[in-house]
Amino acid sequence: MARIRCCTASSCRAAGGQALLQALEQARRDQGLAPGALPIKAVGCLRLCARGPLVALDAAAHGGSQRLYGAVPPDRAPELVQLALEGHAAGDGSSLAAHGIDAEHPFFALQQPVVLEALGLVDPESLDDALAQGTYSQLQRCRADGQPAQLRACIRRSGLRGRGGAGYPTGLKWDTVALQPPGPRLVVCNADEGDPGAFMDRAVLEGDPHRLLEGLAIAAFAVGAQLGYIYLRAEYPLAIARLRLALQQLRQRGLLDGLDLQLRVGAGAYVCGEETALLASIAGGRGTPRQRPPYPAQQGLFGCPTLINNVETLAAVPAILRRGADWYAALGTGNSRGTKVFSLSGALPHTGLVEVPMGTSLRTVVETMGGASGVKAVQTGGPAGGCIPAALLDVPIAYETLADLGSMLGSGGMVVLPEGLPMPQLARYFMRFCASESCGKCVPCRAGTVQLEQLLGRFCEGQGTADDLQQLEQLCHMVQATSLCGLGQGAPNPVLGALRHFRHEFEQHRLEADGAGSAP
Amino acid sequence: MSPSSRPRLRLATVWLAGCSGCHMSLLDLDDWLFELARFADVVYSPIASDCKTFPDNVDVVLVEGAVANADNLALAKRLRRCSRVVVALGDCAISGNVTALRNLCLPPLQRVVPLQAVIRVDLFVPGCPPSAARIRAVLEPLLHGRWPQLAGPDLLRFG
Amino acid sequence: MTVLTLAIDGESLAVPDGTTLLQACRQRGVPLPTLCHLDGLQPVGACRLCLLELEGAARLVPACLTPVAEGMVVRSDTAQLRAFRRLTVELLFAEGNHVCAVCVANGACELQDAAVAVGLDHGRLAQQWPARAVDASHPRFGLDHNRCILCTRCVRACDQLEGAHVWDVANRGSHCQIIAGLDQPWGSVEACTSCGHCVDACPTGALFDKQETCTERQARPQRAAALRQARDHGRWHNQGVVP
Repeated sequence: MARIRCCTASSCRAAGGQALLQALEQARRDQGLAPGALPIKAVGCLRLCARGPLVALDAAAHGGSQRLYGAVPPDRAPELVQLALEGHAAGDGSSLAAHGIDAEHPFFALQQPVVLEALGLVDPESLDDALAQGTYSQLQRCRADGQPAQLRACIRRSGLRGRGGAGYPTGLKWDTVALQPPGPRLVVCNADEGDPGAFMDRAVLEGDPHRLLEGLAIAAFAVGAQLGYIYLRAEYPLAIARLRLALQQLRQRGLLDGLDLQLRVGAGAYVCGEETALLASIAGGRGTPRQRPPYPAQQGLFGCPTLINNVETLAAVPAILRRGADWYAALGTGNSRGTKVFSLSGALPHTGLVEVPMGTSLRTVVETMGGASGVKAVQTGGPAGGCIPAALLDVPIAYETLADLGSMLGSGGMVVLPEGLPMPQLARYFMRFCASESCGKCVPCRAGTVQLEQLLGRFCEGQGTADDLQQLEQLCHMVQATSLCGLGQGAPNPVLGALRHFRHEFEQHRLEADGAGSAP
Repeated sequence: MSPSSRPRLRLATVWLAGCSGCHMSLLDLDDWLFELARFADVVYSPIASDCKTFPDNVDVVLVEGAVANADNLALAKRLRRCSRVVVALGDCAISGNVTALRNLCLPPLQRVVPLQAVIRVDLFVPGCPPSAARIRAVLEPLLHGRWPQLAGPDLLRFG
Repeated sequence: MTVLTLAIDGESLAVPDGTTLLQACRQRGVPLPTLCHLDGLQPVGACRLCLLELEGAARLVPACLTPVAEGMVVRSDTAQLRAFRRLTVELLFAEGNHVCAVCVANGACELQDAAVAVGLDHGRLAQQWPARAVDASHPRFGLDHNRCILCTRCVRACDQLEGAHVWDVANRGSHCQIIAGLDQPWGSVEACTSCGHCVDACPTGALFDKQETCTERQARPQRAAALRQARDHGRWHNQGVVP
């Protein structure tokens, strides 16, 4: 049966998605149709955020192609309803043709949805729809099998690594928690996605929350935890609402089977994405990191062994169990198996969400899929990452390959930088972010990021001297080597990456007749 | 080493925006000043010379005080051009110190700055003021063509 | 009690299990500057001055928080460590408004000590000149934020020794500041018992006794350790040293 799917995630909402949804429902009423005759489904992210608000028309016939339309004004909703009923694409003469999106474009065709396999198809506010899509079937199977050790071995074999950025082998972490001395364990989902330019986790939280909850519940079972927290940043109100609803639905249906899952909302601190700061925040303290070891897997929340995983990591688990570890491990490259979700933004036409196998080249993602041209560099890994210059875009995306080029895979934010963007300015932007988000506990990060931001400012103004450059590098290495946590350790990375690939932009010396030193 | 076997050191002292305490500490060298006079000529100094213009070819200049106005800045630049070794004498020259307390009430472009912000400085002698012994520990090696090494609380402590 | 052996700067030594690298360094007489550490308080590893190179470790380790493990090989005096320590102290001097000449702690200041220890004769970083206040509302003591290095020794002393938890940290990053109570004037915080442990714990002249003026500070950093020893072992310092 013909169906319309409307994206109701944050980006399309901001572009007027709710008004379009309401207009479509009105148009359907105006045509005298019952909702059952032409279902209009509110779904999650339809991927090509740049063209939002997005609407997908599903043909009545099985196997009919999906037709995608972007930014259709609400007053043209009746035409969309008509197209949906007639089951064909808008003709060239139709005003809606201009809004048509080629669903065969590489942006869509080259994606390999695993974490995102139900995103845009499932109704995020319906537990029944999630169940119909197969969500929670793996959790039930795990509980029925009752073999947590085997379950952990499966995840180990899949090669899944932490998708929050650190890339720690997930199965190994699960084992570490499970094998701690007897006592209570906890699971925590890190949903504090804070990197500027990253919205992968947001899409899953808003668009397929039950998938995440299934992954979290499976993880809890795997390590023997009865209590779990989802730490979700306050800046994602839609995700908070959807997750609250999903948890309520689960409790009402009794699907959690003794597992107590609670939501904890952050309070606007990027540093609370760092695991020990996150745990401190859940426990009611200031969100400041602490020295590791001991790692949370040994001694975490309330002193108990705590498994803490990123949203994307957990959301990959059900599909891995369903399709098999070997299937997942066959995707990808080297030590980076499976798929990765990336959020594309910056100087490219196809801003949005993609999921591709590891090993796909950066050029394929930003140029072939993203449509970018005139690229200067691609920033990966957010404020702790670096830039990959245009000449090196053929690098296959993986943890090790990007690190070798002075960047990092990070959580998946990918910002395309246009020709003409001064690199000192980009470096200062990220340093300003780190200085603003520093928790302030350790000297190098608290005071060093401030100094680095000011030094970078001199380069932005073309006033950087040779002494300034030397000071910049020395301070970068010091902050990187001596900071207490990943925020400070990573803060110099955009600078060091820019110096590695674009040093000439920093080497505009201002000659000092008197050989004066650095700024007062 | 006899004073006649090497050229006499052309020594200068300057005070910028300071309290003259570092110069008073210099004078506390007391009779070692006679030893200094065996090897050095004071070619410019507010306390030991009537010379009006900072001369050329100065070997060592001790600079007290921070840079707080245009006159300070002009003199700092001149003395740098005319001197081989510039010594920032005392905490005001090194970090601004008391002279720079006004910075808490001033916008950035009007602030007092330390000497190294406007010229290259070769040696730093902390203290407020540095003791006479500390000043001697800097001058004595310079007189004999050696570079001073300041280490430990007696020779390094601020304040 | 197990005994462990380790090597510090090429020299082996034996220590009881549970010893930290900082204690081991002190035992061997290896000079390791510290600021946020105070015997008697729980260490936090915040100042990063005590970082050591540990063979086989990917990162530098804070001596105050790292327990000795059998066979550890550490270095305390490499060129890299010296450079990093110096920058740490430079960052502190540039961050606050440290004017030694007019400070109560001039001559009895651990920040000055740290500068001497790292051979600092001048700072190369831009002075920030932050706008910071002085809280003189308490009848006996004062807090001059200009001198504060955010070591949190006062926070820990009040919480761990006196149990009053008057002090904590507010804001984040370079806007961090020590606050009393719920960010109230110190004098109005009823939890304060005027015990003075925080003043004794402060390494600089930030927390001061109002009866002491410029250069008159009587530093008593050993108070915290004496109290900790008294509580843990039931002995005061005039009753002999705990074996």
